[in-house]
Amino acid sequence: MSEASTNATATAAPKSYLDDGSTIRSWLLTIDHKRIAILYLISITIFFALGAFAAAAFRLELLTPQGDFLSAETYNKFFTMHGIVMIFFFLLPSIPAVMGNFLIPIMIGAKDMAFPRLNLLSWYVFMAGAGLAISAIIAGGVDTGWTFYTPYSSMYANSHVILAVTGAFIAGFSSIMTGLNIIVTVQKMRAPGLTWFRLPLFVWSMYATSLVVLLGTPVVAISLAMIFVERFLGFGIFDPALGGDPVLFQHIFWFYSHPAVYIMILPSMGVISEVIACFSRRRVYGYTFVAFSSLAIAVIGFFVWGHHMFVSGQSAYAGVIFSFLTFFVAIPTAIKIINWIMTMHKGSISFDAPMLYAFGFLGLFLVGGLTGLFLSTMATDVHLHDTYFVVSHFHYVMVGGGVMGFFAALHYWWPKMMGRMYPEGWAKFAAIVIFIGFNLTFLPQFQMGYHGMPRRYHAYAPEFQIMHVMSTAGASVMGAGYLTMFSYLIWSLFKGKKASANPWDSRGLEWETACPPPTHNFLETPVVTQDAYSFDLPSVTCVLEKKDKPEEHRV
Amino acid sequence: MKSVFSLLPEQASTVAGQVDAIYLFLVAVSIFCMIFAGLLVLVFSIRYRRRAGVESEQPHEDSRLEIFAGVCMLVLLMTLFGWGAKVYFHSVRPPADAMEIMVTGKQWMWKLQHPQGKREINELHVPVGRPIQLTMTSEDVIHSFFIPAFRIKQDVLPGRYTRLWFEATKVGKYHLFCAEYCGTEHSMMGGWVTVMTPADYERWLGGEVAPIAGAPQETPAQLGEKLFAQLGCTACHSGAPGSLGPDLAGLPGSTVKFTDGTQAVADDDYLRESILDAQTHIVEGYLPVMPVFRGTVNEDQVIQLIAYIKSLSGGAH
Repeated sequence: MSEASTNATATAAPKSYLDDGSTIRSWLLTIDHKRIAILYLISITIFFALGAFAAAAFRLELLTPQGDFLSAETYNKFFTMHGIVMIFFFLLPSIPAVMGNFLIPIMIGAKDMAFPRLNLLSWYVFMAGAGLAISAIIAGGVDTGWTFYTPYSSMYANSHVILAVTGAFIAGFSSIMTGLNIIVTVQKMRAPGLTWFRLPLFVWSMYATSLVVLLGTPVVAISLAMIFVERFLGFGIFDPALGGDPVLFQHIFWFYSHPAVYIMILPSMGVISEVIACFSRRRVYGYTFVAFSSLAIAVIGFFVWGHHMFVSGQSAYAGVIFSFLTFFVAIPTAIKIINWIMTMHKGSISFDAPMLYAFGFLGLFLVGGLTGLFLSTMATDVHLHDTYFVVSHFHYVMVGGGVMGFFAALHYWWPKMMGRMYPEGWAKFAAIVIFIGFNLTFLPQFQMGYHGMPRRYHAYAPEFQIMHVMSTAGASVMGAGYLTMFSYLIWSLFKGKKASANPWDSRGLEWETACPPPTHNFLETPVVTQDAYSFDLPSVTCVLEKKDKPEEHRV
Repeated sequence: MKSVFSLLPEQASTVAGQVDAIYLFLVAVSIFCMIFAGLLVLVFSIRYRRRAGVESEQPHEDSRLEIFAGVCMLVLLMTLFGWGAKVYFHSVRPPADAMEIMVTGKQWMWKLQHPQGKREINELHVPVGRPIQLTMTSEDVIHSFFIPAFRIKQDVLPGRYTRLWFEATKVGKYHLFCAEYCGTEHSMMGGWVTVMTPADYERWLGGEVAPIAGAPQETPAQLGEKLFAQLGCTACHSGAPGSLGPDLAGLPGSTVKFTDGTQAVADDDYLRESILDAQTHIVEGYLPVMPVFRGTVNEDQVIQLIAYIKSLSGGAH
């Protein structure tokens, strides 16, 4: 990709960022974007475990139609905890704060993010928000659902709504800081020669994501602050008994929370572009279409929030307009899927674990996208709204798309981040187990949703039991896959094979420095002459290793 | 009851078949797309798997495929949009001759009131083959009235009326659910819709056993008339010339002008607001003297008062 002036493996090895200080202070007060990414990775892993624990508990409850394992109150608190923790404290920061933080400066040839201290502050703010949300759970839980619909959340719920809402409110500022940092970094700190159309597609999608974060997050903060004001001070904003409008909350909430879906999925789309190109050894098919479709999704995503409200009592004409606009999101999304598949055409495809996760992403996200059509069509949405069909649809999008993308990224860049390889056989095994387990969990939920099983039901009609049993069985398989992955990744930190600088023979700039990179990423600023997918040209690092004569490759 | 494994659940209303037709079309489109994409990935994976000495070939800049795919998508999506919107509009516009049943949701039960006065809780008895309109409100949080076999659903809001209509096509017993999460016992907030032959329905209305012990068998309008007298409404709204308040006969459905120059159609929501909090809109030519009844009358009583006001105009209610 570039004529990098230096190569960490070739010159007298500078310290890797992992070895540059080992005290707790050197981690907690670091301003190195890579160490901050690791802090985020550890935090979100803990939150993922917490969210998964809640899911395990309510899936067990749902084995029988009567509520017998958990009380109704506890069940409601568990699904609320699952939603709040997984969305605000795992999915939203997952790829942007871990992968974005770690990779963006390296991918653009910079030494760090534009605002390193703001970056560290964003982690502390995130942890403060998470701390409040978790204190709400410890204090006894929240039972409003992650959507906090009013007037239930503002006037009727007898649980720790204020703590949880404040936690999510504060965590939002962390998102804003990371988003701002990414925009400024990409805008101002690209290496010489790295034009916009030479940027890796991951950077494009993170840029689009950050725009959504900056424009949308303040709005959810406003909606959460309004709940606070009504619940705490008794201002009538949403409760009609106080002269408010309950539907107003849904408008404000979804104005952010629908684009938030794209905050979770766009980064994954960026990852998939990188992984499929690398393991097909081929430039992404229709680079400009893929890059601009990210921006198109980000923009259109702001005009479709009302499709969450077809049966809410909003005007039927408003509903028609939102339905119409919603269909337009499908076009850039479909074009991306076509281009990923076409990237494999005439490629040279290998099937390492990141590629298997990318295949998993393609399959699951396609189902998520197609079932989205059922919900943007008004007549079918009226029946499907608030049933398990919707539950299954957004899990296909957010887990099938978002989390599978995160796992693909985790495996693809694991050697870069940790300097060690994960065990390939186990990783392939876990990818397949998670894919199968996921489908076993959520396919039955489409079926029972169309048959009328409403969501957020502690006890349910007996005819749905068989589907719930299948779903819980699938969730157990998926859980086993997650545990396998967690175990071998931890194992690989200590016993994994040492990674070479470019184990996948990729062409991105991040592969032209050592694994793991030194604190300042590159010893000298690289000069870029090609895009990140020049598989027809030799990789600079590979040439360096083969010839073992680094001095030939100067700026 | 149909098995949960069958492709479609029970169809028991006039719109169910129309919704299912769109659903089946979407299922077919989805399966086609999945097979098509799956086959491409499979064929490419085999044909272009990595082999020693075989290099990948780089793509050329060419936007024909994307434009073609975009146009195909647009045609498909607009078809779906139009079809879905058409069926939707049919399903939200009640026919004029629909029988109106009043519904009040509260944590965690449904209270229903038939025009003939029969009341029930978590049960809805309706005759087959007759359009039924539900006029619904909530006493506390948002609920949602959902009958899967009819493929209909509508949120039920505090502070205003929402409507839902259906025409049952098949005698039987179907689930009634609350679909909007409303608190601890949300999953218990439901029951059954019983569709009966018109003759059975008449017999049920006549009712050997009242569904609620001691429940009055008066119509909502009759109950409203009593309330109207009890609350002292007659003092100002008697209709006599020179009364302090406007004459209510002929009011529902008419256009009223307010002192601030605006105007509105006197629909159920307007009547409800005027009963509870008359000061919000003062009709032209009158003084703001009517007391606030919010907190004095509950949602069921508001419904009865509205039914009475409508009966003054000689309407069906």
